[in-house]
Amino acid sequence: MPPQLKTLLPLLAVFICLFLVARHFLIPESFGKYGHYRANSLDEIAAIPIHYAGKSVCVDCHDTEAALLASDAHSGLSCEICHGPGAKHVDDPENNKLEKPGSKESCGRCHSINAARRTEVIHQIDIKTHNAERVNCIDCHNPHAVWEMKE
Amino acid sequence: MGNERVNETRRNFLRKSAVLAGTILASSASQPFTAMIFAANQPDKSKPWYAIGIDIEKCIGCGMCAKACKSENDVPKDPFYYRSWVEQYTIKNDGTVSVMSPNGGIDGFMQTVPEEEIFKTFFVPKMCNHCYKSPCVQVCPVGATFESPEGVVLVDKEYCIGCRYCIQACPYGCRYLNPATETADKCTLCYHRLKKGLNPACFEVCPTGARIYGDLNDKDDKIHKFLKDHNTQVLKPNLNTGSKLFYNGLSSEVR
Repeated sequence: MPPQLKTLLPLLAVFICLFLVARHFLIPESFGKYGHYRANSLDEIAAIPIHYAGKSVCVDCHDTEAALLASDAHSGLSCEICHGPGAKHVDDPENNKLEKPGSKESCGRCHSINAARRTEVIHQIDIKTHNAERVNCIDCHNPHAVWEMKE
Repeated sequence: MGNERVNETRRNFLRKSAVLAGTILASSASQPFTAMIFAANQPDKSKPWYAIGIDIEKCIGCGMCAKACKSENDVPKDPFYYRSWVEQYTIKNDGTVSVMSPNGGIDGFMQTVPEEEIFKTFFVPKMCNHCYKSPCVQVCPVGATFESPEGVVLVDKEYCIGCRYCIQACPYGCRYLNPATETADKCTLCYHRLKKGLNPACFEVCPTGARIYGDLNDKDDKIHKFLKDHNTQVLKPNLNTGSKLFYNGLSSEVR
């Protein structure tokens, strides 16, 4: 064996050992369990808290509104579309009240006339000219029973 | 004499090449080479493998999906961070195409082009395509972005170094750098909700059922009915990203 190799081989061995030690401490514990990523991150992402509770939770308490809505044109809608995210309200109903929108702007998000909306999918009105003397949609319409008009 | 020696090495070279090629072929039989088909792993048939279907004909552009996404995932409120957003395409009579997405559609859409100038107009909801040959997963230098066993492309924010390669790699513009954590961020298909048995936020709030998601491994799932009943298309099919977001009624103007 040439003398150069005799001095270089131990150095190479030390280098490889250092690399293996560093690699052991730098690579996270669960890395590579399922693939080229940290398997624990799946559980971390799954543990993020939710904000939208889901309709099934809403109807547990608000059964009168749910019964009214069940036979309405809006029956397929989730409560949180209009009322906003409700997970905090579920935890503490008294201190976290949800919004009750009913203005022409909020209803108009779906129902204002727009050429891109198909008439067979959604009922549309011109929010500027439709009953211009009334301020809000809910002055006439009950959003849980749309065609039961208020006086 | 020189000629003979050359022929000898050529024969050896060919022989060695044949042995090498044969070995590779034989070993590929025991473990199929799938990198050309799946960037990450082949789907596990015992677990759900999610895909998304969006029906453009049913979308009314209310923007509730974009709004709910920001609330559910604590996305920064500035008008350039979106995991889910809606675009309105308007093709005018003179052939020009305009794409509008005021604040991602979160505040809803107002019709700004006069009706008589419009040839056709429609809404296109956009979100992560959860590709199975994801360009973003392939470019990550540290393995911080990956495809989960459920076929959801996720970011490990503890491991991400914020190099922004994935943001450049995504052909659909679905990623952004979260200014709070300085890491890449994107749609997770509300993985935290899926794991709790809930629908992802944008699907929960869609009033017309224009968007559905389902399990491609389950032949009875609603996504299979969607794919069977509609002529679906993915965005930028020429890029071969393996997108799992299927659109019904996708016009060729959509980019």
